[in-house]
Amino acid sequence: MKATAGNPLVEVLRRHEAGILADWLKEQARSGTRGDAAQDNEMRTTSREFLAAINDGLAGDDVDGTGPRWARAMEILSALSASRATQGYSPSETATFVFSLKQPVFARLRSEIADAATLAEAFWTATRLIDRLGLFTTEAYQRTREEVIARQQRELLELSTPVVELWKDILALPLIGTLDSSRTQVVMESLLEKIVASGASIAIIDITGVPTVDTLVAQHLMKTVAAARLMGADCIISGIRPQIAQTIVHLGVDLSQVTTKASLADAFLVALARSGSRIEAGQAEAA
Amino acid sequence: MERIPILRMGRFLLVTIQVDMHDQLALTLQDDLTERIVADRAKGVLIDISSLDVVDSFIGRMISNIAGMSRVLDAQTVVVGMRPAVAITLVELGLDLAGVRTALNVEKGMALLQGSTVA
Amino acid sequence: MAAIMDLRVERKAQLDLRGGEDVVRLRQAVREHAVAVGFSLVDQTKIVTAASELGRNTIQYGGGGKVEITIVTDGARRGVRLEFTDEGPGIADLKLAMQDGFTTGGGLGLGLSGAKRLSDAFDIESSPGKGTRVVIVRWKAR
Repeated sequence: MKATAGNPLVEVLRRHEAGILADWLKEQARSGTRGDAAQDNEMRTTSREFLAAINDGLAGDDVDGTGPRWARAMEILSALSASRATQGYSPSETATFVFSLKQPVFARLRSEIADAATLAEAFWTATRLIDRLGLFTTEAYQRTREEVIARQQRELLELSTPVVELWKDILALPLIGTLDSSRTQVVMESLLEKIVASGASIAIIDITGVPTVDTLVAQHLMKTVAAARLMGADCIISGIRPQIAQTIVHLGVDLSQVTTKASLADAFLVALARSGSRIEAGQAEAA
Repeated sequence: MERIPILRMGRFLLVTIQVDMHDQLALTLQDDLTERIVADRAKGVLIDISSLDVVDSFIGRMISNIAGMSRVLDAQTVVVGMRPAVAITLVELGLDLAGVRTALNVEKGMALLQGSTVA
Repeated sequence: MAAIMDLRVERKAQLDLRGGEDVVRLRQAVREHAVAVGFSLVDQTKIVTAASELGRNTIQYGGGGKVEITIVTDGARRGVRLEFTDEGPGIADLKLAMQDGFTTGGGLGLGLSGAKRLSDAFDIESSPGKGTRVVIVRWKAR
C-alpha cells in the first residue's frame, strides 16, 4: 500500500517517536524480558535505533516493510535475532521484541486519530507492518540456529578423532570424508597425542574413505609420518585408491620412506608382524 | 657446578633432561657421558627428553654428538619421550636426527637397547 | 619488509642477548607472549624454537645483541613479532646462509632457513661490517 501525503500512521509514528519508545520499553519490561543492567541498556539503544529505522522506512513509499528504505530496520532485526539465537533465547522471546510494539502504537493512534474509518485503516496498516517485522525475526532466528548447529557439528567432527586401538601396540585411524588442510592438521596432531598416551608404536592411517587428497593434505600426512618416526613410532598408510595414488605421484610426494598397503587388513598383518605377532589358522573345535 | 645426573641401570646409562639447557651444561653432559660409558663399560645410553617442550638445533646436535660418541665406544643410544609438538616442529625445522634411534618411552627404549621386542 | 613494518604494536619487551642463560630467558619470554596471543601448543613450540635458533645466532655469531618481542596486529589477525639485532661481523653471502640445511653440514650452520620455515614471515638485513637484523612474525591461526 502506497503512502499518501499525510498518512495518519506515518504522521503519528514520526511525531510521537519518543513517547512511543518510552511506552514500548515499559511494555518490553512488562512482558518479562530477562537481562541485567548492561543488557537493558543495550535493549534501550536497540529499541531506539529500531524505531528510528521504522520511521526511516515509512518515510519512503512503502508502509509494508518492503523496499530498500527498510534495509536498516531489517539489519537491526537480523542482528538481534542472531545474537539472541546464539545466546539461547527462545524464538518467542525474540519475536516479542517486535510484537510488543503494537500496544504503544495502537494507544497513540487511538488518542491521535478521531475519525473511526481512518483509525481502522491505520490499525490495519500498523498490524500488517509489525506482523511482517515480527515474522522476519523468527526467520532470521531460525537461520542462525541452523548455522550454530552446523558449526557445532563441524567442531565435533574435528575434535572426535576416531582412533582405534586395534591390538596391543597398534592404533588405527580411519579417515572419512573430504579432508581440508586445517582438519587434517587437527586430526594428525591428535593422532600423535594418542600414540603417546597409548604407547602404541604402530599407527595405521587408513584413507579408504577419503575421496580426494590435495597437496596440502598429502604434505600434512607425510609430516605426521615423519613426526611419528621421530617420536619412535611407525606409520602405515592404507586404503590408497588408484585415483589417489595417481594424485600423489603427480604431486611429487615422496612415499619411499612410508609403508603403504592397499587395505587396512594388509596393513594390520604388517603391523602384527612388526610387533612380533602373527595370525595362524586354528583347528576347528571338535564337537 | 650444575650437572645433569647420569643413572646406571645394569649395563645401560639413563639421562633425564629436565632443564632448559644452556651451552655449558650441554657440553658438560657430553663429557660426563663419555667418561661414564668407558668407566661403567656401558652398552647403551637412554636419553629421556619427555620433559623438554622445545628441542632446537643445538640440542639436536648435542643428541647427535652423544649418539656418535657412544657408537665409537661401542654403545647404542636411544632417545625417548619426544613430545608431539616437538616432533612436529623438528620436522618443520628440517632436523631429522639421522643415526639416532628413538622410542616412545623408557620401557620401550630399554627393550630396544636390550635387543628384544615388546610383544 | 614494508609489510612487516606496517603493524600496530600492542605490547613490547626487549631482552639483551649476551650469554647462554639469555637464550633460556628468551625462550620463556617468547613463550609467554605466544600464550598471551592464544597460540596453540604446536604454534607456541614453533615460534619458541625459531627464537631459540635466532637467539643463539645473535650470541654466537653476532657477538651478542638484543631482541625485541612484540605482540602485533594487522587489523585482522594478532601475532608475535621478533626482531633480533646485533652489531657483529654480518653475513657476506645471504643466499648461501639461507640455503642451509642441518644435515648438509655445509653452509654456515645458522639455521636461518629453519627459522624461516617455522615462521609466517621472515626478513633479514645483513652485510659485512654492518651487523645483522632478522625479523620473524607468526600469526595466530584463524
